[in-house]
Amino acid sequence: MAKIVVDVMLKPEILDPQGSAVSAALPRLGFTFAKSVRQGKRFEIEIEGEPTAAQLAEVEVAAEKLLANPVIETFVVRVEK
Amino acid sequence: MTLDTVTVAQSSPDQSQPFAELGLKPDEYARIKEILGRRPTSSELAMYSVMWSEHCSYKSSKVHLKQFGDKAVKTDALLVGIGENAGVVDVGQGYAVTFKIESHNHPSFIEPYQGAATGVGGIVRDILTMGARPIAVMDPLRFGPADAPDTRRVLPGIVAGVGGYGNCLGLANIGGEVVFDETYIGNPLVNALCVGVMKHSDIKLAKAAGAGNLVVLYGAKTGGDGIGGVSVLASETFDTTGSAKRPAVQVGDPFVEKVLIECSLEIFAEDLVIGIQDLGGAGLSCATSELASGGSGGMKVELDRVPLRDASLSPEEILMSESQERMCAIVEPSKIKRFLEICDKWDVTVTVIGEVTDGDRLEITWHGDLIVDVPPRTVAHDGPVYNRPLAKPEYVDRVNAEVINVPRPTTSDEIKATVLKLAAAPNLADKSWVTSQYDRYVQGNTIQSQPDDSGMVRIDEKTHLGVAIATDANANWSYLNPYEGAKLALAEAARNIATAGAKPLAVTNCLNFGSPEDPGVMWQFAESVRGLADGCLEMGLPVTGGNVSFYNQTGSVAILPTPVIGVLGVIDDVRTRTPMSFEEAGLDLYLLGETADDLAGSEWAYLHGQRGGQSPIADLQREMRLIDLLVAGRVNKVFTAAHDLSQGGLSASLTEMVLRHNVGADVTVENIGTALMSETPGRVIVAIDPSQTKTLGDLATKHQIVLTKLGTTGGDSLVINGANIPLTELRTAWTETFPKLFG
Amino acid sequence: MKVGVVTFPGTLDDRDAARAVTTGGATAISLWHKDADLKGVDAVILPGGFSYGDYLRCGAISRFAPVMEKIIDAAKGGMPLLGICNGFQVLCETHLLPGALTRNSELHFLCTDQKISIENTTTAWTSSFTQGQEIVIPLKNGEGAFMCDDETLAVLEGEGRIVARYVGENPNGSRNLIAGITNERGNIVGLMPHPEHAINTLTGPTADGLGFFTSVLNAMVK
Repeated sequence: MAKIVVDVMLKPEILDPQGSAVSAALPRLGFTFAKSVRQGKRFEIEIEGEPTAAQLAEVEVAAEKLLANPVIETFVVRVEK
Repeated sequence: MTLDTVTVAQSSPDQSQPFAELGLKPDEYARIKEILGRRPTSSELAMYSVMWSEHCSYKSSKVHLKQFGDKAVKTDALLVGIGENAGVVDVGQGYAVTFKIESHNHPSFIEPYQGAATGVGGIVRDILTMGARPIAVMDPLRFGPADAPDTRRVLPGIVAGVGGYGNCLGLANIGGEVVFDETYIGNPLVNALCVGVMKHSDIKLAKAAGAGNLVVLYGAKTGGDGIGGVSVLASETFDTTGSAKRPAVQVGDPFVEKVLIECSLEIFAEDLVIGIQDLGGAGLSCATSELASGGSGGMKVELDRVPLRDASLSPEEILMSESQERMCAIVEPSKIKRFLEICDKWDVTVTVIGEVTDGDRLEITWHGDLIVDVPPRTVAHDGPVYNRPLAKPEYVDRVNAEVINVPRPTTSDEIKATVLKLAAAPNLADKSWVTSQYDRYVQGNTIQSQPDDSGMVRIDEKTHLGVAIATDANANWSYLNPYEGAKLALAEAARNIATAGAKPLAVTNCLNFGSPEDPGVMWQFAESVRGLADGCLEMGLPVTGGNVSFYNQTGSVAILPTPVIGVLGVIDDVRTRTPMSFEEAGLDLYLLGETADDLAGSEWAYLHGQRGGQSPIADLQREMRLIDLLVAGRVNKVFTAAHDLSQGGLSASLTEMVLRHNVGADVTVENIGTALMSETPGRVIVAIDPSQTKTLGDLATKHQIVLTKLGTTGGDSLVINGANIPLTELRTAWTETFPKLFG
Repeated sequence: MKVGVVTFPGTLDDRDAARAVTTGGATAISLWHKDADLKGVDAVILPGGFSYGDYLRCGAISRFAPVMEKIIDAAKGGMPLLGICNGFQVLCETHLLPGALTRNSELHFLCTDQKISIENTTTAWTSSFTQGQEIVIPLKNGEGAFMCDDETLAVLEGEGRIVARYVGENPNGSRNLIAGITNERGNIVGLMPHPEHAINTLTGPTADGLGFFTSVLNAMVK
C-alpha cells in the first residue's frame, strides 16, 4: 500500500491571513526564528499497491479540479513510501 | 528596467506606451499628454488608467447620473450627498446614518468566496471612512438558474464568502435577496450594502487640507492583489473560456479589517484625523488623488515608504494594488504621536508616507526620484465623460405586444397546486439555507432580519430609535419597461420599510447592467436612471449615492437590467414596529390596494417560460398614501401584522405569513385565477384584531386606499377559496427547495 | 458585583455580553487581552467572536494572551468563568475544559434559534434554571461540534458535567448533543450557544439567556 500526498498552498502572491496570524503569534511566545509563515493543506490518499504513472496523472487532474483552487492555490503531488 | 521618472519622460517624448493594454483609448491617452504637457511616466499612466476606468470614473454613466442631483428634492435630512464615499442622512436625536450598496460582480464569478468576501469588506470600509460605526450589512444576490451546474459552484461560494467575512467583522446581516434567472449565468450579481451610525459631529470627509499635515497609511501591508483588477476586470467583458487574462485575485482578511474598524473608531473618537479615505478599487492611486483634490490639491508622497508584503512590487504596481484592509488618513503633526499609539495598541501597521503641501500638484517619489507629478483633480474627477449612443432595443415593442398565456387555477386542486408550486419555486422558497450562514444577532440591536420585509436595527438603546432598510429590484419589469421598472423597485423598497411602520427617508442604488457600448443596454440604463430620479423626486426622497456596474454580459447576451434600489427609513421607537406576521387565531385579514391582471413579469409567468407583456405603471401618489397609512396605523397600534405583496403575489405573501409562526388562515378572494398570482404593485396584507375594524376602515378612507376583507387567521391550514393546504405540506414545499439544490 | 468581559482582537460579542451582565444585575468591566491584572472582578466572561481571526485553530492564539494567565489562575482558585462560543474554544485550548470544538458536520456556519435543555443546575452559571428546563437561545458558529475521546465523554457523563444539550436534531454533530460542559468544581462553564443574544424578545428570540447572568450573582452571594 502506498500513499500519495497532495500539498496545497496559496500561491506566493496571494495573501495568506492564516499564515500571517501564526507568524505574528510566534514572536509573542518568544520564538524569533521565523521570517514568514505560510499555512497550507495536506491531503493523504491511500491506494492499493504502487502508484502507476496513469494514477498519478489522474491525481494531478483531481487536484486541479477538486483539491486545489487553481485560481488562488498551487499544489504538489508526490508519493510517500 | 530603469525607473520611468518625470525627467525621463520629458527627455523621451516619443517612447511608446502600452495605454491600450491598460484599457485607455487613443484619445484618452492624448488627453493625458495634453494635461501633463508631456507623455506620462509609467506610474502616471497606471494611475490615469485605473482612475479613468469605467469602474472608477463612471465615464459612461455620469451624464445620466447627473439627474439625481438635478432633480433632487430639497431636504435638510441629507447631511452629506453624492460624491463622498457614502451619503449621510440625519435620523434625529443627533444621530446620522450612512448607507451604500456596491457591486462586486465580476470578481465573484472568478473566485466566488473571495470575490464576495472582499465585496463586503470594501463597502464596510466606505461606511467606516465616513466616521461611522458599521452596524449591519445586506446582500442582494442574483444567480443563473438554480439547477445550473455553475450556480452550484458560484452560489455556495458567494454565500460562504458573504458570511465568512461579515460574520467575522461582527456585523449583523439583516436581509438581502436571492434571485435566479438564466441571464445571470456567467454574470452573478453580488451587491453588498452596509449601514453605519454616528453622531453628526463625527462625520469625516475625504480631504487633505493644511500644508504640513501628514499622509498616513495604516492597515494591511501592500501586496500584488488585484493589480489592474479594476480597470481590466470591470471595464471589459471577459471571455469565460480563456484564462490568459485571469487577474490576481484579491484575498480578504476579515480579522485585519475588524481590528482596523476598532482602531479607526478609536482614532475618530479622539478627533485625530483631518480627512480619511479607504483604499478600494485603484488603491493608492485613488486614495491619494481623491484626498489631494478634496483639499487644495498639493500632496507629496514617498512611495518607497509603503510597507510591502511582496518586496518585488514595482512603483506602478504599488499604485495600482488593490490589497484589502488599508486606510489613508491626513493627520496634523501634533496628533501623530497619539495616532501611532492607538495603531500600536491594535497591532496595526502604520506608516507616514507623505505630507500635504501648499501647491496644487500630487507629487510621488520613489527613492527620491520624482515619478508622478500631476494635478490630482485631473486624475480623480476630470476623467473622460461619454455620451454614449443609446437606442430603444427592438425586443421591447415585440415583448410588450405579447399576451401572457398561463394556467389560471379555478378548482380547489388547481389552487392548491398553484400555491405549492409557487412556494417551492427557487425565487420564492425559504432562503434560510442561505441566511442561516449569516450572523443576524451580533451587536444585539437587530429588530428585524430576513425573512421580514425589511431589516431593522436599533441605534439607541435608551430611546429605541431605529432604522429600517430594504433593497429591491424587479428585473423582469425593468426588462419590459426600464423606466417603470426602476420606479416600481423604488416603490417596493419604500413599501417594505413602511409595512413595519418606518418612514422612508433616503435612497441608494446599485445599477447592474450589460455593456454600455451596446446602445440597447445604454437605453435601458438611461431609462432606469430617469425612472429612479423621477420617482425619487415625486416621493420626496433624496438619492444619497450609488454604484454602477456595467459589462455584466457574456458575449452578446446582457443580464436583465437590474437596478437594485435601497431605501432607508427611520422609526422613532422600534418596540412599536408592526411585525410581518401573526401569532394568534381570530384576527381579521385585509388586503390594502387593488388587484389587477398583472401577470406580465410575474413569477408565475416566469415559471411558465413567459417574459412578455407590459409591466405595471407605477402610481407613486397611491404608494405614498399607502405608506402614510401604514405608518399612521403603526403609530396608532392598529395592525397586529403587515406584509408586502410582491413576487408571487397573494399566494407567496400568505405562504410566508402563515408559515412564520405556524398559524393558518382562511381566505376568500374574487377572480382567483388572477388574484392568486397577480403582482399588482402597491398592495399589503394586514392582520388586525376585530376591534380595530372601524379604525382600519377610517384609515383606508382617509388615505384613499381600497380595502378588501380576505378572511381570518387560525387553524393549521392555509385555506384559499375552500382549497385546504395543510401547513405541514406547505412548509415542506417551501423549505425543501434550497437544501435539495445546494445540499 | 463586577463581571469582567474580555476583548481579544477579533472578539465580536463583547458588548453584547456586557449588556447581558448589566441586565442581569451586575457591573460589566472591560478587560483587554494585553491587561496584566483583572481589575478586581469577581467573575469573567470570554465572549464570542473570531479572536485572532480564528486562524491556526479557533482559540489557539488567544490562549496565550497576557490576560489569560491571570484568568487561568483565578479560575483554578474558584472564580466563575464562562466561555461562550469562541470563549468555549479558548477554554478547551487552555485545557481548563476537556475536548475540542471542531467544524460543524454540515461544514458551514450556522446561525439558528436553538432549543437546549439545562442538564446541570449546580454550576456557577446555571443555578437560576431548573433541572431539565428547555430554553431557546441563538446558536451561531462554524466550529461548534464538541469532540472528545470515549474516556473523557464517559467521565463528563458520569460526573454530570454536561451543562446543556441540544434538543431535537443535532445541529452540528456534537458528541452526545453536548452544547456546554463544566469543570469538576462547577465554576468554569463552556457553552456553544449564545445566552447574551437572548436577554429580551425585542432583539433576541427569547429572554431565556438571562438566567446565565443572574446565576452568577447567586454564586457570588454564597
